[in-house]
Amino acid sequence: MTDLRATLRALLPALSFALVLAAIAALNPRVISYFGFTLMLNYAVPIALATLAQMFVMTANDIDLSIGAFVGFVTCVAATWLHDDPLFGAAALAACVALYAGLGALIYWRNLPSIVVTLGMGFVWQGLAVLLLPKPGGKAPDWLQAIMGFKPPYVPLPILAALLIAAVAYVGLMRTSYGAILRGAGGNSVAIRRAGWSMLKVKASLFALTGCFGVLAGLALVGVTRSADANIGNGYTLLSIAGVILGGGEFVGGIVSPVGAVIGALTLTLASTQLLGFLRIPPDWQVGANGAILVLVLAARVLLGRGKAQ
Amino acid sequence: MPEAGAPLVALDGVEKSFGAVRALGGVSARISAGECVGIVGHNGAGKSTLMHVLSGGVRADAGGLTISGETQDAYSAARAKALGIRCVFQELSLCPNLTVAENARVFHPAIHGFHWRRRAGDLIGRKLDEIFPGHGIAANARVQDLSIGRRQMVEIARAFTVTDAPARLIILDEPTSSLDEDTSAQLLAYVRSSVAQGAACVLITHILGEVLRACDRILVMRDGRVTVEDSAANFTRDRLVGAMGGVEARASAEALTHAASEAPIRVRIRPQKQKDARELVAREGEIVGLAGLAGHGQTDLLLATFDGRGIVGAPVALVAGDRQSDGVFPHWSISRNIGVRSLKKLKAGGLISARLEAALANSWRERIKIRTPDINQPILSLSGGNQQKALFARALGSDAKIVLMDDPMRGVDYATKLEVYALVREEARSGRTFLWYTTETEELKTCDRAYVFRDGAIVAELGPDELTEERLIHASFAGAH
Repeated sequence: MTDLRATLRALLPALSFALVLAAIAALNPRVISYFGFTLMLNYAVPIALATLAQMFVMTANDIDLSIGAFVGFVTCVAATWLHDDPLFGAAALAACVALYAGLGALIYWRNLPSIVVTLGMGFVWQGLAVLLLPKPGGKAPDWLQAIMGFKPPYVPLPILAALLIAAVAYVGLMRTSYGAILRGAGGNSVAIRRAGWSMLKVKASLFALTGCFGVLAGLALVGVTRSADANIGNGYTLLSIAGVILGGGEFVGGIVSPVGAVIGALTLTLASTQLLGFLRIPPDWQVGANGAILVLVLAARVLLGRGKAQ
Repeated sequence: MPEAGAPLVALDGVEKSFGAVRALGGVSARISAGECVGIVGHNGAGKSTLMHVLSGGVRADAGGLTISGETQDAYSAARAKALGIRCVFQELSLCPNLTVAENARVFHPAIHGFHWRRRAGDLIGRKLDEIFPGHGIAANARVQDLSIGRRQMVEIARAFTVTDAPARLIILDEPTSSLDEDTSAQLLAYVRSSVAQGAACVLITHILGEVLRACDRILVMRDGRVTVEDSAANFTRDRLVGAMGGVEARASAEALTHAASEAPIRVRIRPQKQKDARELVAREGEIVGLAGLAGHGQTDLLLATFDGRGIVGAPVALVAGDRQSDGVFPHWSISRNIGVRSLKKLKAGGLISARLEAALANSWRERIKIRTPDINQPILSLSGGNQQKALFARALGSDAKIVLMDDPMRGVDYATKLEVYALVREEARSGRTFLWYTTETEELKTCDRAYVFRDGAIVAELGPDELTEERLIHASFAGAH
């Protein structure tokens, strides 16, 4: 019985995705096609990348409330500097990742709550983005647009990309030996320290990974939208948190699932943009309906419960 | 037998204070290769602190530490590990979200690269087989899914695993506290064989029988100092207890006035996996023991009773065994931890009265002798055994008429245990019912009756005259299922 429950719990993200997809398909069967998927899951790639970014800091019991603003900032950099002067743009983005790593180190070194620090950083990124691009505009680099517009045979790009992203994150965090240390830091940081590992490096690494994936999310987003907007990423913060939780992750304890997070991101993309549109829910109610779906899935998780100790 | 020549570890005048609390007041000791040194002492005597200093977790305020003849100045946990000093703490050092194999990897940075998981799994699996044959722990099991006894086995086995650096000194702090008799015996046998092959071992335990059996030398600590040091052969149980500052003579088996069998039934419950009609019945004023091998359904039954399954005729309190996860509120003070169950009677005018709360906590501090200068200190400032005492105070200070005890005496020293047994008997005489799950045969002798569990069901009921080690072991292993 315990095995069945554990399996159900692990499959919950996939089941939710299937459910949402089935609901959409029931409302409009024509979406189940190459073109339909490509269109619906347009924004899935940047959202999935942002969700993974959030997942990395949640691995060590932190949270990043600035990821949305950061993604917006990256789109602005991509549509201006990266387009006009690729080398400078790339250097700027690399500096951002380094800054993220430094933030993680600072949070560990001074024992600061990440929720406060990242909340503040969010405003910094937002401000920098607005300074760079006061009004939506700019132009995404051609190579980015080409990548995001690429049409692989048989499998729609978003699905292919999601598979690739999930695979990379899964191998990196769940299969490598250092990934075990990163996750262990979330479960029992004292034990990790006692075993001789540097918690400073762990925190810096996780935040650096968040920065990296945040940059990738911004690049993917600007590749899809073609121009940038300082405020475009604002909803991503809460979406990314919801995606990680939906995917089976937890706020504390070092329990995260890269594959689940990507599936969670896909589910949220569908549920928040497509499903509600097809259901003809009035726009005022859409945010609430989004939340209701989230509550339903999380309730299912709790009901399936934890496996009992032998 | 200790080898001639310089000792492996030499501590000289080590001192350590945590704020107002003086944990170590100048401790000197020697540990040589090929010997097992036992350290005993009452709660708060400084044993764990000394081990933290030795394993590099805590920096001493004063005093010297010499390892293999080299004085250690910039000592740290990493240095200790490089020198081959391993420590298994009372508070376990496993990452609950990782698997057993992954936890082995955390301990050994040398395991990396392709197939690291398999290598780590093999390493810990082999060691588990070596120390605890028949353990039944899978290398890919998540630690949080394992019972506390199994977690302890994993942690102990991990301390003995070797990749690049040799394991020269292994410190075991209350290693058998969550293990049943069988597994404890396996561990001690392994310690002896390991020592015979040249390792050094330090065994901190409250179970006097173990320290007398397994150790070559014994250090007795009291109030932050080593009071007596001698070879184990020269110690008896009474001498040990006396040196610790406890009662000299063994508490004579009091003529237990067993509760009359016409007293009202307070608890009547049947284990879920019980196939026959046997139930656990506890009457007013009885102390009912739950025995058998660890993890055979005793805790489940206690929790089911707590949840109100079966017939439970009065308020119930639970004294948890795993105090870290089920007992202590780590951010709260001692006073709050004790009073949290009795909030109704601590109210004055709709708000919790600090005065009443302090009065309750102080009265229990006196009664159960919790070693702290101030009950408003955070609960984590207490040693493990004293924390357990506070949890007892919480249960006994409340209005609960039925008290469930889930092996709560782990990590509690002998003198304290005697005090608590006396308290339990006294409370039982005034009408409280106790359901007591314990992994120590000695404690069952305080009970009126005992039910022996196997595989989640009751297999035997032993009356007051039948509570001997033989009968218990016989019943534990000869289960009808």
